[in-house]
Amino acid sequence: MTPRGAGVSLDGVGHHYGDVDVLRDIAFTVAPQRSLGVVGPSGCGKSTLLSFIAGLADPAEGTVRVGEALDPAARLAACALMPQKDLLLPWRRAIDNATLALENRGVPRKEARARVAPLFERFHLAGFERHWPHELSGGMRQRVAFLRTLVADKDVLLLDEPFGGLDSITRADMQDWLRGVLTVEPRTTVMVTHDVEEALLLCHEVVVLSPRPATVVATISVDLPVRGSRAETVADPEFTAMRARVLSLLSEGVR
Amino acid sequence: MTRSAVTARPVVRARDKRPSAFARWGPAIGLAIALVALWELVVALADIPAYLFPAPSAIVRAAVDDRALLADASLVTATEVVLGLLIAVAVALVIAVALHFSPLLSKTVFPLLIASQTVPVVVLAPILAIAFGYGIVPKLVIVALICFFPVVVNALDGLRSVDPDLPRLMRTLDASRWAIFTRVEFPWALPRLFSGVRVAATYAPIGAVFGEWSGSTDGLGFVMLQATPQLRTALVFAAIVVLTVQSVALFLIVRVLETTTRRGNRR
Repeated sequence: MTPRGAGVSLDGVGHHYGDVDVLRDIAFTVAPQRSLGVVGPSGCGKSTLLSFIAGLADPAEGTVRVGEALDPAARLAACALMPQKDLLLPWRRAIDNATLALENRGVPRKEARARVAPLFERFHLAGFERHWPHELSGGMRQRVAFLRTLVADKDVLLLDEPFGGLDSITRADMQDWLRGVLTVEPRTTVMVTHDVEEALLLCHEVVVLSPRPATVVATISVDLPVRGSRAETVADPEFTAMRARVLSLLSEGVR
Repeated sequence: MTRSAVTARPVVRARDKRPSAFARWGPAIGLAIALVALWELVVALADIPAYLFPAPSAIVRAAVDDRALLADASLVTATEVVLGLLIAVAVALVIAVALHFSPLLSKTVFPLLIASQTVPVVVLAPILAIAFGYGIVPKLVIVALICFFPVVVNALDGLRSVDPDLPRLMRTLDASRWAIFTRVEFPWALPRLFSGVRVAATYAPIGAVFGEWSGSTDGLGFVMLQATPQLRTALVFAAIVVLTVQSVALFLIVRVLETTTRRGNRR
């Protein structure tokens, strides 16, 4: 079957709700195990784009391919989507939220817990397995949500503004953490965000979308040298120049 | 990972400060005692005959004198109430789930459900007594008929109010339609389901007594029916008191069930 990290490619994807054009002729490719950031003004249809890739819906025009999969059901089987809200089920403990994908596949709860438990350690959530979601901080909830997505063990990770609801300090922590996870365990990732810095920090490539109807304004490859800390990266002249470029592309799109 | 995130402790919510039992129940109990005292006083001063309006002391005396009769009768009525309510909840759940899964059923059956609620039980009860006799069956039918409706409506509303992002999320986690129902929709609807059951629980005793009025050989309704023409009004009141205590107990039991099923659920 497909190796870990199938590629994703979109070709001529367009969509409209009633008379409102949302997406027009969107095309991009993500190579296996690479990450792509999609930035664009809010309300330009970024989330819709992700739900197309995930196979939750099909666009009115164009094709979406995930690995070899073209039809929505097969895409759904290949993609894991982490939504904007953490959407933890309040009636399940942290660990039982993380095991959802396994339980959905018929793994008995006890065995599913045993398989997921070691990950809590790795995600700095050790000791919180039996807590209820409302007892966790925002950052922890987000990590449980991410854990739940990873446990689904799909080829492609789709992240919809994964840290949008967090305060800026927690958000920076989470970005560093995600960068670590993706470096250790690379996966094909498509990440939607309106935070340019986040996209540049976490992705190999960045696609800039215009306001509705969204078209691809530019595709930028982020070839920044590997640096140690976040502070160094953000202060790097190359990084700042790239950020300025993306921001100007975004405002150009608004016109 | 930075230190701040590693050392983050769970947010410990301060338990809501519970008022003491006295602060909570004191005013209600005080008012009840005052009213009973006033009642006793008025009956004694105005010299109202006991067959018209018995004093609380007379009711207590009647209850003690006829305790065996009341105990047997209340057991019969309680059985009708609890069984009828259970049947109602079971039927309501089946209907609500069927309507939830099938838009066609929901369009065709829902109007019929509403129609079923306009059938006057007053008229229906004697017919049921003729059809099923004086046993427990017509009472169960009446109790279930009164009780299932609030449960269906609330359960259905609960199932329909699910955050649409949750089923989407579940689909990306390989959930079947049934898994979405059992792991998301049903738990989501549970609080609403219980508000339906609570309403139903308050209707159930009325239904049972009504069923007994229309034809029975036992039960609190039967006791009232027998005592009234004998002018044993104090016994009628005693039966009413027993029924009230039963209803409150049933309501509290439903409440306890609800809190146990919702342990962690702070939605």
